[in-house]
Order: sequence, then structure tokens, then C-alpha cells
Amino acid sequence: MKIVVCVKEVPDTAIALKVKSDSPEIETENIPWVINPYDEYAIEEALRLREKFDGDITVITFGAERAESVLKSCIALGSDRSIRINDKSVKDRDSLVTSKILARVIQNIGYDIILCGKESVDYGYAQTGQMIAELLQIPCISAIKKLEIPALTIEATCHREIEGGLEVVKCSLPSVFTAQKGLNVPRYASLSGIMKAKKTKIETLEPDALDLNTFDFKPKIKITNLSYPPKRQEGKIIHGTLPDTAKELLRSLKEARYI
Amino acid sequence: MSEKEIWVIAEYGDEGIKKSTWEVVTAAKELAGHLKVKPVGVILGNGIERFAEELSRELESVYFIEHPLLSKYDSNAYVSSLYSLIKDKKPDIIIVSATFRGKDYIPMLSAKLDCGLISDCVGFDAKDTILFKRAVYGGRLIATFKFEESELWIVTVRPRCFEYKRTETIKGEILQVKPVLGQQDIMTAIQEIIKETTNRPDLSEADIIVSGGRGMKGAENFKLLEEMADVLGGAVSASRAVVDSGWLPHTYQIGQTGRVVSPMLYIACGISGAPQHLAGMSTSKCIVAINKDPNAPIFKIADYGIVDDLFKVVPVLIKELKS
Ligand SMILES: Cc1cc2nc3c(=O)[nH]c(=O)nc-3n(C[C@H](O)[C@H](O)[C@H](O)COP(=O)(O)OP(=O)(O)OC[C@H]3O[C@@H](n4cnc5c(N)ncnc54)[C@H](O)[C@@H]3O)c2cc1C
Ligand SMILES: Nc1ncnc2c1ncn2[C@@H]1O[C@H](COP(=O)(O)O)[C@@H](O)[C@H]1O
Repeated sequence: MKIVVCVKEVPDTAIALKVKSDSPEIETENIPWVINPYDEYAIEEALRLREKFDGDITVITFGAERAESVLKSCIALGSDRSIRINDKSVKDRDSLVTSKILARVIQNIGYDIILCGKESVDYGYAQTGQMIAELLQIPCISAIKKLEIPALTIEATCHREIEGGLEVVKCSLPSVFTAQKGLNVPRYASLSGIMKAKKTKIETLEPDALDLNTFDFKPKIKITNLSYPPKRQEGKIIHGTLPDTAKELLRSLKEARYI
Repeated sequence: MSEKEIWVIAEYGDEGIKKSTWEVVTAAKELAGHLKVKPVGVILGNGIERFAEELSRELESVYFIEHPLLSKYDSNAYVSSLYSLIKDKKPDIIIVSATFRGKDYIPMLSAKLDCGLISDCVGFDAKDTILFKRAVYGGRLIATFKFEESELWIVTVRPRCFEYKRTETIKGEILQVKPVLGQQDIMTAIQEIIKETTNRPDLSEADIIVSGGRGMKGAENFKLLEEMADVLGGAVSASRAVVDSGWLPHTYQIGQTGRVVSPMLYIACGISGAPQHLAGMSTSKCIVAINKDPNAPIFKIADYGIVDDLFKVVPVLIKELKS
């Protein structure tokens, strides 16, 4: 089974972010980067599929040299091949540009299953997996919480989250799945895995070499501004003791017509 | 010359057109005013005349794409049917609610049409062009986006960011569309829908949400929050600490790696207010925090706070609400 996993590096979600003064971007000097949390579920699912069906896992990212550390962490977990597509020459991009590039590379690698995260937690587009599927003309089931591929069949059954419940959905393979939290519990890397990751070389590709139309590199949406959200007014602490505090709270909420 | 159009693609359930779709209808009408285009509804399915009619009470025209193969949702069948109609009618802009379904097929449609998509918008500004606002980096920053060269604009909007203003004064025309679809256009098959067994509203539609954190101490104590939610007609949710402890399933989690909600009222009980939690609820209209630690960061964004033991406060609230 040929499995491809798309991973992305994102700024650690706990840190304070600073917006650059002269462009709609964040300051990226000295901030910690991590693998997109949803991509951890994608890579874990890939490892489980390989345990069941054999085959190999290729992990790809379209990003800066810094992003190689994310690929290394996947090697430490057990991925077989790692490819970084250098993003230096593609400064402006949207999800569609990213998807066209990833889809082309995936096409060259060959695939039975493509796994992505449900969304990246930096820009939260939640688009890339679905776009890759459309570009490759294969099915996609997004935001899955369970993936079942019974032995020796070419059909997958998924649970996907919807408002107020779950959908049980079937599709044939090859297919794209995007991972929602709850799909699995990611493992930790082993010491030998970490040692192996140190020694493994990461393949690098230049987008120019992908035989894409120059038109394909034109983003169709653009960020014009990045700013801090309006600060919420710090509210009031209701001082006193019970039951007065509770009564006062309910009185305020009723007055403001929230209840 | 035919008039330019803005399309709203509707979503419906057993009870009719979804509230999230009505919010988008309001947003579409606002955008239509700025862009001088005509708002038009689009609905796909089979044997759903009544929903098409329901939609046409708010919109002058509704395309009703009807086909037996559309009786169940399939992303690819949706995309194929819409693709043909879009090529034929050439709308200027398409707007859809960013529900799980909207998020599923809309990116495919945008890839097939090779056009721009701005997803999960929380609002827009009408300047020389329209600027769309989105929450990024877990809601810690707000980004403004615009479309570059893109013949068609596709936008999805986060539920509850626009308020539905009901007019229902018109009886729009319903235009039947028969798409050419075959079995080969169906790529996925819904086997079954497992509904949550609760009478409480879904998190994305609830006006009031009562949420519990690690301070709840255990699964059994959520009965307390359920009781409060039921007197208020609200929903129950939780922080990740609760989900990771196995007290509630992940569907209840609010935050960066959970659901994003914006109810009128969010009552946080025993939640510290980590940035990843705030990512999921900081756009609530009113936030109440009940926490025994006066320094808990949740108080920084709460409209009202009570510094006390939640196991004492919540029962009093329930008692007072009931009386
Ligand atoms: C990549 C990543 C993604 C994450 N995604 C999410 C997410 O989607 N959602 C999310 O919620 N978190 C998320 N987190 C976790 C987040 O960082 C916090 O750990 C989590 O939100 C803490 O949950 P909590 O507030 O319930 O628990 P705690 O931080 O432990 O807070 C418990 C609070 O309860 C109070 N308390 C205790 N007992 C009582 C009592 N009897 N009465 C009143 N108050 C009491 C305490 O004072 C304390 O403030 C994520 C973390 C990471 C790294
Ligand atoms: N630059 C990238 N390189 C590799 N994978 C990506 C990239 N951007 C997005 N993805 C994948 O697509 C998923 C959804 O991302 P997004 O559409 O940006 O929210 C991520 O979880 C990744 O699996």
C-alpha cells in the first residue's frame, strides 16, 4: 500500500504572536514551530495502515528549510521517504497553489491513500486535502474520526463528523482522507527512530521542476491586512458571597436579555 | 443583458432549511447591495420541493437542482451538478455556510473551477472592493483577504457571524435544473447518519452554551451542567482537559482542535482560559466565568465573573433559574 501524508509546520499555538509593522505577516524570528496538530493524526493513521498492509509512507511538505524538522519528526515516528518542496520561489500562494503543487508531486510518487490534516491551525483554511482530491480526480472524505479498511478490499468506511452527529461514509480507493481529532492517539517516537531521523537525508524539490503552468502559481486570494482582534472589555467580577453573587449574575444577564 | 448574480447554496435537514443557511441569505443580501448583483438561491436534492419553496420566500429566484442521485449528499455529485450550472449562468459570487458539509465540497468546487475561495469568514468590509475578514492563528489575529484575478468568488461564512433578518415577504420563482449525472459521478456513499441522542441544540446553533473544564473533577459532575443547560435551553460543551480525561467525547470540545462557537452566552465553569480554548469561544457575545482562582486568564475576557467554587455556585444558579 502506497501512503502519502501531507504535513505542514505551524507556529506553536501557545505563544504570543507579533505582526510585522510593514506587511501582513507575523514575525517569525525565534518562534517555536511544530507539526500541525491534525497532521499528527494523519501520520499516526498512516503508520497503522502500514502495520496492517505493509507498503511505504512518503511524507511531503511544501515549505521552508526550517520545515525539515517536521519531516524529521515523521521519520522518527517511522515514515519511509521524506520530500520537501522548496517554497522559496513561490512567495505568494493560496491553498489552491499549494494543492496544485502537492497534487503534482503526489501524482509522481504514486498513491493508494493520501492523508492530510483536517485543517492547519495557523490559517485554518481547511481546504487543501479536498482540493488535492479534486485535482487528482479521486474521492475525499474530510474530517474523519474513524477509518476502516477491511483486509484485501479496496473500499474504505469512515466516520466523519457533522453537526449533531456522525456520518458513516464509504468510498473506493485511492482516496484522500483528512484527519479530525479523535481519529487515533498519536504515538511517541522511539529513541532508535530519533537516531535514524538524524541520519536520514531529506529530498528537496523545486516547484519549477514540476512542469506546472506559470498560471498555476498565481494566487487567487490575497491577505491585505493582519491585525489583533478588538480587545474584549475586561468584565466585572461580581464580589460578595453566595447566594448574592449568583443572584446578581442572573439579574445582569436578564437585564442584558441574554437569558 | 442578464443581471449578475450572487448565489447562496442552501443546506437543509428534516426540519427544513438550516438556520446557518438563513444567516448566509442575510449576508448575501448585504453583499448584493454593495456589488449591485441579484441574490439567488440554489438547492440540490431529490423530492425536496418544499425546501425549495421555503427558500424562495426569501429570494426572488431559486435554482432547484433535482436528480435521484442527489437524494443523498455526495461531494462529487454536488460539485459536478454545480459546475455545469455555474458554467451556464456565470454567477459573480457564491456564498455558503462553513458547516461540515460546506467545508467538505466547496474546496473541491473551487479547485474544479480554478477560482478563489475565502473560507470561514466572520465578516466583510465594503471598500473599493469587498474585504473579507477571517480569524487566523486560533483567533489571536484577524486577517483581511481580497480576491485577486478570479472570475468567480467563492466565500464560506462561519455560522452565527451574521444574524438572520427574516423578511419572508416574497414568493420567488423556482427554476428547475436537471443535471446530467450518472453513477460514475458518485464517489462516496453515506451509509448511515448516527445522530447524537440529545434534545439539546447543536453547538453551532445554540444561543446558550454551558461549558465545563478540568475543574468539574469528573464525568459524573457534568449532570450539574446538563441541568443548568436544560433550564436555559442551551447546549453543553467542554475544554480539552475534559475530553482528554475521557469524561466527554471529542464532539463536545471547544477550541483550536475542537469546535468553534459564537453563542449569545457562554458560561465557563472550571475552565482556566488557555489560548487554545479561547480560540473556540472568544467571539461569544457574552462570556461568564466561574472559577475559584481569581488569577485564571478566563477572567481577562469574561464579561461577568464569579470567583468561587463552582460546585457551590452552579446549584444556586439552577435553583434561582427554576424559581
Ligand atoms: C496543540 C494544542 C491544541 C489544543 N487545543 C485545545 C482545544 O481545542 N480546546 C481546549 O480547551 N484546550 C486545548 N488545548 C489545551 C489547553 O492548552 C489547556 O490545557 C486546556 O484548555 C485546559 O483545560 P481546562 O481549562 O479545563 O483545565 P485547567 O487549565 O487545568 O483549568 C482548570 C480550572 O478549573 C478551576 N477549578 C478547579 N476546581 C474548581 C472548582 N471547584 N470551582 C471552580 N473552579 C475550579 C481551576 O482554578 C482552573 O482554572 C490545546 C493544547 C495544545 C498544545
Ligand atoms: N504547505 C503544505 N505542505 C504540506 N501539506 C500541507 C500544506 N498546507 C496544507 N497541507 C495539508 O493540508 C491540510 C489542511 O491544511 P489547510 O487547507 O491549509 O487548512 C494540512 O493539515 C496538511 O495536511
